[in-house]
Amino acid sequence: MPTDPVIEVAGVTKTFAGVRALDDVDFTLEKGEIHALVGENGAGKSTLIKVLTGIHTPDAGRVERHGRISTIYQEVNLVPLMSVAANLFLGREPRTRLGLIDRARRDADAAALLGGYGITADVRSPLGTLAVGEQQMVALARAVQAEADVVIMDEPTSSLEPREVETLLGVVAKLHEAGIAVIYVSHRMDELYRICDRVTVLRDGKRVHTGSLAELPRIELVSLMLGRSVTEIRKHGTTAFGEDHHADTEPVLEARDLTSTPRINGVTVSIRPGEVVGLAGLLGSGRTETAKAIIGALPLDRGTVLVAGKPVPRNVKAATRAGISMLAEDRKTEGIIPNLSVRENIVLAALPKLSRFGVTSRAKQDRIVDTFVKRLRIKVSSPEQKVSELSGGNQQKVLLARWLCTEPKILLLDEPTRGIDVGAKAEVQALIDELAREGLAVLLISSELDELLDGADRLVVLRDGAVAGELEGARLTREHVLAAIAAEVMDDADSH
Amino acid sequence: MTLTATRTRWLQDNGVYVAVVALLLFNAVFTANFLTLGNFRTQLVQAAPVLIVALGMALVIGTEGVDLSVGAVMALAAAIIPLYLGAGPVPAVLMALVAGLVAGLFNGFLVAKVGIQPIVATLALLVGGRGLALVIANGQLVQLHDPAFLALGTGDVLGIPISVLIAVVLAVAVAALTNRTTFGRQLVAVGGNRRAAALAGLPVNRVLIGVYTICGVLAAVSGVLATSRLGAGDPADMGLLMELSAITAVVVGGTPLTGGKVRVLGTVTGVVLMQLVRATLIKHDLPDSIAQMIQAAIIVAAVYVARERR
Repeated sequence: MPTDPVIEVAGVTKTFAGVRALDDVDFTLEKGEIHALVGENGAGKSTLIKVLTGIHTPDAGRVERHGRISTIYQEVNLVPLMSVAANLFLGREPRTRLGLIDRARRDADAAALLGGYGITADVRSPLGTLAVGEQQMVALARAVQAEADVVIMDEPTSSLEPREVETLLGVVAKLHEAGIAVIYVSHRMDELYRICDRVTVLRDGKRVHTGSLAELPRIELVSLMLGRSVTEIRKHGTTAFGEDHHADTEPVLEARDLTSTPRINGVTVSIRPGEVVGLAGLLGSGRTETAKAIIGALPLDRGTVLVAGKPVPRNVKAATRAGISMLAEDRKTEGIIPNLSVRENIVLAALPKLSRFGVTSRAKQDRIVDTFVKRLRIKVSSPEQKVSELSGGNQQKVLLARWLCTEPKILLLDEPTRGIDVGAKAEVQALIDELAREGLAVLLISSELDELLDGADRLVVLRDGAVAGELEGARLTREHVLAAIAAEVMDDADSH
Repeated sequence: MTLTATRTRWLQDNGVYVAVVALLLFNAVFTANFLTLGNFRTQLVQAAPVLIVALGMALVIGTEGVDLSVGAVMALAAAIIPLYLGAGPVPAVLMALVAGLVAGLFNGFLVAKVGIQPIVATLALLVGGRGLALVIANGQLVQLHDPAFLALGTGDVLGIPISVLIAVVLAVAVAALTNRTTFGRQLVAVGGNRRAAALAGLPVNRVLIGVYTICGVLAAVSGVLATSRLGAGDPADMGLLMELSAITAVVVGGTPLTGGKVRVLGTVTGVVLMQLVRATLIKHDLPDSIAQMIQAAIIVAAVYVARERR
């Protein structure tokens, strides 16, 4: 194969606080190719991009760049209050003879440039007034105008409407024609297969595959991303709570037709008491959004949530009162209150219950905190220790304790074992089993297929914000899940 | 933790107390007539209105907010008192407090429901509130003669000035509110991580509106006491720059502007420190201009020490 690489990376390793984000990764970007970079959360994509663009210096390995790189992030990083034209030429404005900015020429150039991509927006209006898709197009146009040789696009279509996606893919095709190399990060199979030439798959910081995308079946790609199981097929139902046990009980949670365009579209999930329902799907398939919709933290276009047959008003407080609790995916920004102690973080949601006439009872708090610290084996020097000083696993247990002391009926767990060490992970998983056995209804979201297959009684598979299939019993296998995610029909899969 | 980190941490937590003790010692040695009952009394009477405002400010800052309208609310109180004093001191004081309550509700509504940044939301009342006060009072300074009302600012109980007693009671109440009530703990949680607090089902809006309301009422209390001590309703000058004094005391007292923490004793000490600094400089015949610069230096030092607090 003739090679004319614009970026060459060999043996790159990068460690953050003892965690290997990149482990001996090789990556080559050929001139003019569109290269898909895929992997689940924490696989190392962002770190690799930051190494490529020079934001991070690798601990080991070699990085060679033979061109100018321009990165388009998920959130457009331009200046929303400045005009479209000003953004396009920021730092490279055409000048008049007096050295002042030549506004007329700038605006005319901008209009011509955008027109070439089929965008007809008023270049003098502030960028922030444009739709997200159009803003992204402006960012792209800016990259091209800056004569970049490489454009890195990090999930560019995750917040776009289908029509905007079309336009964006059109622009990418134009970049391709102009001989610009593109690194395209996305989880949307359809897009990847439409526009990308080659693919690199990262998993747990390692490169697990590089090759032509057309020669790689979808199901194989998904399998590479999620990791191969040691045991080929794992049948579920060996625990005391097989599916028969639940079949006759009424669901405690019914979420119907949850829709919030463009993130989720008509998702329906129900959970019976004592049941663990797994939510499978790739990143961006609407897993987190579904959980947020159930707890009332996501504005919905339509859809209802019923607890024990009664509709729940659409806000977090009402959902909490109805017995729904959610362990958020991002511990730092949506979970812990860093300034407060372990005790205060645990009792936070249950505080009204632990108070009389608004005055908190320290004795009651200490009792309940003590119970949960012991039961969840939270490692703290004292309950008064600041929660931010704990390890990730222990912080996660603190958050679990916060929810458990509200005595919920339904527990939504979004990536409960993300970023915690192996020991704590097993403990948290065992705890989930135990809680379900006690009659709690659990919705388990995880990027790790094995965790879902081991932990869930039933799996709801999401693809592009919609339910792509429901699996239980004998069909609760890796193959069926992968097939549902990759949108391929398997012999014994019935039509959903 | 390393030794330096421990030491920095200790300084962050206790610097303000050390500073007050140092200043007291300095004055005891170098300032004539400092260690007299009369002097302490004067200092405390002067500090009381600032303290009452600073208590409310500490709560607001604990929610990652700020209330710039406290001085204007004091002016509103000063304008309202003379209007109702004819009906007796109790109705007059009540009306002033109601004005503070309404002002606080307004601020809280803008911040919590409309979603305006606290600094902008309360700026509106900083400008408009004093204007309204001047309109109410017709731009006039009004002398007050009701002895019962004037006693608030000048009277004693058991040898302790009434305004100082009120300030102490309020400080204890705010400390209890912060540390011992559901509302107080929710307040700190909202300031520490608003998204997490909302996802935990906390009544974020109610907490925010409550905090601004408390701050408004406390500012009105302060305005009432200051008016009583002055013996006149003076909406033009009442509480001028009070927002800055209060924020200074709160910050110097170790409450971070980033929210999530309220230090009531620190705030009290912060007020005392700033009062002592001013008194010390005045007693040593340094002009006010120098005093202001020294205050600025203290603020910078306090923020510098707190800078590593993460």
